[in-house]
Amino acid sequence: MSGWELFFEAGIKAVAVFALVLVTVIVLVWFERKIVADMQNRLGPMRAGPYGVLQTVADGVKLLVKEPVVPRKVEYGLYMVAPIAALVPAILIFMVIPIGQPFFIGDREINLAGTDLNIGLLYILAMSSIAVYAVVLAGWSSGSKYPLLGSVRASAQMISYEAAMGLALVPVVMFTGTTSLTAIVDAQAGDFLGFLGIWNIILIPSFVIFFISGVAETNRAPFDLVEAENEIVGGYHTEYSGFRFALFFLAEYANIFNISAITVTLFLGGWHGPDFGAPQWIAWALPIFWFMLKSFALVFLFVWIRASLPRMRYDQLMSFGWKRLIPISLLWIVLSTVAIAVRRLGLPWT
Amino acid sequence: MSDTPNVVTGDFEAPTTEPPSQPETADSAAAEARREIHDMWVAGTEEPAWMRSYTNEGAQEMLEAESDPALEIHRGTTVTDDFIVEEPADDDELQILNMGPQHPSTHGVLRLHLELDGETIRRVKPIIGYLHTGMEKTAETLTYMQGSTNVTRMDYLSPFHMELAFSLAVESLLGAEIPERGQAIRVLLTELNRVSSHLVWAATQGTDLGAVSMMIYGFRDREYILQFFEKVTGLRMNHNFIRPGGVAADLPDGWEEDVDEIIEKVSRGVSEYEELFNGNPIFRDRTIGVGVITPEECKALGVSGPIARASGIKWDLRKAFPYSGIDKYEFEVPTGKHGDVWDRYLVRIEEVKQSLGIVRQVLETMPAGDYRTLDRKVTPPPRKRIDESMEALIHHFKLFTSGFKVPAGETYQAVESPRGELGMYIVSDGRERPWRMHARTPSFNHVQALPTMMTDSLVADIVATIASCDPVLGDVDR
Repeated sequence: MSGWELFFEAGIKAVAVFALVLVTVIVLVWFERKIVADMQNRLGPMRAGPYGVLQTVADGVKLLVKEPVVPRKVEYGLYMVAPIAALVPAILIFMVIPIGQPFFIGDREINLAGTDLNIGLLYILAMSSIAVYAVVLAGWSSGSKYPLLGSVRASAQMISYEAAMGLALVPVVMFTGTTSLTAIVDAQAGDFLGFLGIWNIILIPSFVIFFISGVAETNRAPFDLVEAENEIVGGYHTEYSGFRFALFFLAEYANIFNISAITVTLFLGGWHGPDFGAPQWIAWALPIFWFMLKSFALVFLFVWIRASLPRMRYDQLMSFGWKRLIPISLLWIVLSTVAIAVRRLGLPWT
Repeated sequence: MSDTPNVVTGDFEAPTTEPPSQPETADSAAAEARREIHDMWVAGTEEPAWMRSYTNEGAQEMLEAESDPALEIHRGTTVTDDFIVEEPADDDELQILNMGPQHPSTHGVLRLHLELDGETIRRVKPIIGYLHTGMEKTAETLTYMQGSTNVTRMDYLSPFHMELAFSLAVESLLGAEIPERGQAIRVLLTELNRVSSHLVWAATQGTDLGAVSMMIYGFRDREYILQFFEKVTGLRMNHNFIRPGGVAADLPDGWEEDVDEIIEKVSRGVSEYEELFNGNPIFRDRTIGVGVITPEECKALGVSGPIARASGIKWDLRKAFPYSGIDKYEFEVPTGKHGDVWDRYLVRIEEVKQSLGIVRQVLETMPAGDYRTLDRKVTPPPRKRIDESMEALIHHFKLFTSGFKVPAGETYQAVESPRGELGMYIVSDGRERPWRMHARTPSFNHVQALPTMMTDSLVADIVATIASCDPVLGDVDR
């Protein structure tokens, strides 16, 4: 295996991940608009393409050719960097998520993940922390009051929910004994009664806490006070227009998909799923299908929540994070530790 | 204000001279006082000197800092959460935020001048006038026949109530008797209008709290009512249908089925909202204890309608001073206890149900007969009569060229609009135009009560409170 081969493999994977994220976001925006429209007795986009599938493309083109307005009071450098700083971590997170079964070209094993990082979970936490900077910088550098309020809310919200999120991951690491996402998926292989995946079903409390924190981390309803348009107009991206705004938009939706994909990887068995004894030529695609199906099921949950719940207030959000989620996570960590000890050592009285 | 009975005072000295002319200089205090009253200035003419000094925005300063007793009254409005520090901050930690007039949730063009300590509101100053179109002054140039066209544009969410208040005032001066059917049609339309207005409130209350679907649900159900209004009056808003002397036309054929369908669909919609909100912990957290106003403050600030009722004042003009024969129908006046956003939500939802009940009763007991008074000095003759009768032609011509004359006097007639006490004060000098018309609109008082409700709450509570006051800026500014 020469260095060039590795280089090309990494390059192809990087481009593929980038393309995958962008295409997914385009589908995702359309998917969300259609689902929300259906829940609200509307049709949603119908004009651009059949059932409006090209609506996002049209919006993207519009934002690309739109004049970017830069207000006079901005901190120019940070103002320019912030949208990029929002999108880059969103794409980088996706690099470590395995989306399918490894396959062979000749005798080379190709892992269907950007890279199999042995500290995958820590990497994800690190990247999502960087995403906070983008929001805070965007709000602060805009030199306007609504974005400032939004970024102050963002820093408090995202940091506290990151704590809950990190704590929710601890039981996963304890049960699987690894922080590599590929290894975590492998640990969830096998099935139960022939068709139900065993997955990390036992970690349901972690799953719930992680998903709630994920919703908060991506600033989605009911935790969307960072960009609450009814209160602080647009929050941190009020002063952005044109393609810079589109980058924030892209990052937000990429993050929704990331959180869904990570949740699937950690708790719902990743790409595992029944193969129905499918022939070889289709069997390689089935894991990708299962992965996407599970991810979009969670995305649907995101959209469903958004369409039905009111927004929380700042203080309620903080007390929910610190007084409910974090204590419950800690308690659950203790319980899982006991469970693992019992499994390893047996009950003390036996 | 609210306990002023709607009476007609007969002995009024009708002014015979023209209203005092505009002051030319700003020299004397008397001129100052006169300018306050007659601040109309005709565009295109030269701007008077005092005008220039008067249009300097004048709104950048905050109110006087509140004294301690005032804060004691507001103690009930503080959000009781240990997260909020209630110590006063230094002046350099406060920031001024102008919310509106272009803001998604200030319901039109309300502008709030906020003094923020972080996210906590220390002081609020509502600034109005962005929708001021001088409708009260305009009314002095319109005949009583044209007047209802004018007033219907004030509160654009409940145009029928504006028309009704105006018509009742004119009729009380005329001493006109409205046939039973006309009165029943008025009750039917105004109560349906109350429902449609409350549905807009429900939609905006939901969406301002972040429940975006509520917006569509509210407007969806309102649409059924608006379609019925369009069928009856030809227009979806600004109907000019309730006029002095009765209503413009009889109800169309098949209105019974339409109303029946509306009652069924809206009741279903309302139970959907209740399902969406009543047990929702986020909605409860966002509304309970937010935007509190006490009954004493309500009375002091002239707050009426659902807001006053939510604070526990059992006051409804439909019960206190019944109009248009509404006392024939049975309905309850729902009241709350705490005067917060949650109680206002409950009160309004219950009002929708009660109004639908009234509509149901009107549907079952609609009397036959004329829909407008037969006094030919007030009501235009039917089209056919014009070809047959010279007298009818003359009446028609006189009514549509100069309108009808109203005996001299003054009157105040109030109706219970969806927002509260909506009063119409008309002074007549015996001619066909009002000498002065003033609308006592509920939203105006409610906007004035906003600082009381909002002080020491959070930015997110602003939108909840504004939405629960349901102000219509056309109603505020006129």
